[in-house]
Amino acid sequence: MSLLHDAFARAKSENRAALIAYLPAGYPTEDGAVECITAMVEGGVDIVEIGFPYSDPVMDGPTIQDAVNISLEGGTKSATVINTVKRVADLGVPALVMSYWNPIERYGVDSFATDFHAAGGVGVITPDLTPEEADDWILATNSHDVDRVFLVALSSSDERIAKVANATTGFIYAGAVMGVTGARTSISDAIEGLVAKVRRHSDLPVAVGLGVSTPEQAHEIAQYADGVIVGSAFVTAIKKDGAAGAKALAQALSKGLAR
Amino acid sequence: MTANDVVSVPDLRGHFGKFGGRFVPEALMAALDELDEAFRKASVDPSFLKQLRDLQVNYTGRPSPITEAKRFAEHAGGATILLKREDLNHTGSHKINNVLGQGLLTQRMGKTRVIAETGAGQHGVATATVAALLGLECVVYMGEEDTKRQALNVARMKLLGATVVPVTIGSRTLKDAINEAMRDWVANVETTHYMLGTVAGPAPFPEMVRDFHRIIGDESREQMLSRYGRLPDVVAACVGGGSNAIGIFTAFIGDADVRLLGLEAGGDGIETGRHASTIVGGAVGVLHGARSYIMQDDDGQTIESHSISAGLDYPSVGPEHAYLADIGRAEYRSVTDVEAMNAFKLLCETEGIIPAIETAHALAGAIEIGKELGEGAIILINLSGRGDKDVETAAKYFGMNI
Repeated sequence: MSLLHDAFARAKSENRAALIAYLPAGYPTEDGAVECITAMVEGGVDIVEIGFPYSDPVMDGPTIQDAVNISLEGGTKSATVINTVKRVADLGVPALVMSYWNPIERYGVDSFATDFHAAGGVGVITPDLTPEEADDWILATNSHDVDRVFLVALSSSDERIAKVANATTGFIYAGAVMGVTGARTSISDAIEGLVAKVRRHSDLPVAVGLGVSTPEQAHEIAQYADGVIVGSAFVTAIKKDGAAGAKALAQALSKGLAR
Repeated sequence: MTANDVVSVPDLRGHFGKFGGRFVPEALMAALDELDEAFRKASVDPSFLKQLRDLQVNYTGRPSPITEAKRFAEHAGGATILLKREDLNHTGSHKINNVLGQGLLTQRMGKTRVIAETGAGQHGVATATVAALLGLECVVYMGEEDTKRQALNVARMKLLGATVVPVTIGSRTLKDAINEAMRDWVANVETTHYMLGTVAGPAPFPEMVRDFHRIIGDESREQMLSRYGRLPDVVAACVGGGSNAIGIFTAFIGDADVRLLGLEAGGDGIETGRHASTIVGGAVGVLHGARSYIMQDDDGQTIESHSISAGLDYPSVGPEHAYLADIGRAEYRSVTDVEAMNAFKLLCETEGIIPAIETAHALAGAIEIGKELGEGAIILINLSGRGDKDVETAAKYFGMNI
């Protein structure tokens, strides 16, 4: 089975949730991102989401917007993203990309899936692409053995959850809050219900992200979800303490994952 | 092609040919479905249509007249130049047509708060106006750069009780204001309607905003037939997102002999890269929820647009325009800042009408096509807005001391 499947299976066998970390490629630099991700993996991160920096990140709050701007101003290109995927995959950890749709469409839908797979990437999360608009993407990901991760939201109807679950491979990304990325002091109770609803439509692992930043929140989510996704908190930790900060946060979050 | 082939677009999922659609976070899908349903029900509900009609007549002041611009026409090859006077609407532009419709829909959906983006401030003012009229809370996102260019409209919105939020990220213009409005909407979608101001964005916005503006063309067509006994040879309008243009085009789409001409903002000139002409100088991509022509680099990053006109300074365009360009039903040309400002001054001095700088792009395009067609041709221009808001920019541009 795939690296991604293995990572969730391993976490399950250890009676915990998997830790999924997000960092934009090129933040703080191309090499710096790889260095930080390496430290995150050493600290206990199971699965890595590499952000494809984009000029108009409507799903992101100020923390990730700033990181993405720094990355783009530093000269990050599509090739930087693919190269980062390769370097992260070489660490032996499942590497995903999270990208708004236009950069992938501009790259060429099939070309992106081809090059991403060749670089060792396992899956792509597309926060502004829903299954309705994804015909070409479904073909490309199927033919190049790339998992495609769509999102469900607290506002999703049962009918939409079924549609998303049906189109998704790898794992299902459940948004914990209605809003953009960024740390929140509390996570809605409704997310547990959303995860339960998703499970009625799919046997895939369900990972929860958006607003999750602390070991306490990770612990809460680990009780009902298969994965915990943290992004902005890693950006903040790196801004403050670089790779050491990333590793320390990964270690702290890892302690919260037990069931 | 028959009229119905074109006018019946988009398809059920909001596609105009390969353009349009919905490229949004899953969190917004439920709200877009809700809006779509409310819009479709309202469109066939006599009580909604009566309420809207009443506001159009007794609040906006519709129908807007058509004015013949005889002295201006002397500079346009002697063609007959007719101005559809959307500048005379309450709030000073066509934008009121859309917000009245969306304001009533907001009430029908039981929402109490509206948000909007604005570039030139015309849509922000229109939204603040309708929010005041209907008792809705109103927040307007405006690029910080634009709040400086359009300080008068910022004051108007505040007087109308709206909160104006200057957007300080990215290029600090309309594109970033839309990003911020979408972020607000995702977080507050239960109470809030996003009153998008143009025929762009995810379905159903392009279709819905078109339908609320099509009264411009519907009136014009009737006025042409009753006063001139014929249709115009050309219908011209400026195109940023493209709402005023779609508004006047729609009624004429089935009239194969009527040329539809959209004028995009050419900024410093297409060749300089500093422009906002997405159809003339852009490429197919996805921005702000729809596939259209956009300004982007090789990596799919949005390129900042440039125009002296804040209202046209936008790096995408409504998907229906992209479609009309692709099928050849409408023609799009680019007008530079200089050409637009010359036309602006000309209309002031020959007709006693100060147009919005956005609208001046359409006037410049009309001068050019008037010269191509010569005497006997009738060119109908959508005079989409008045230029009071632009007085400072124009005075500075022409080196006047005020």
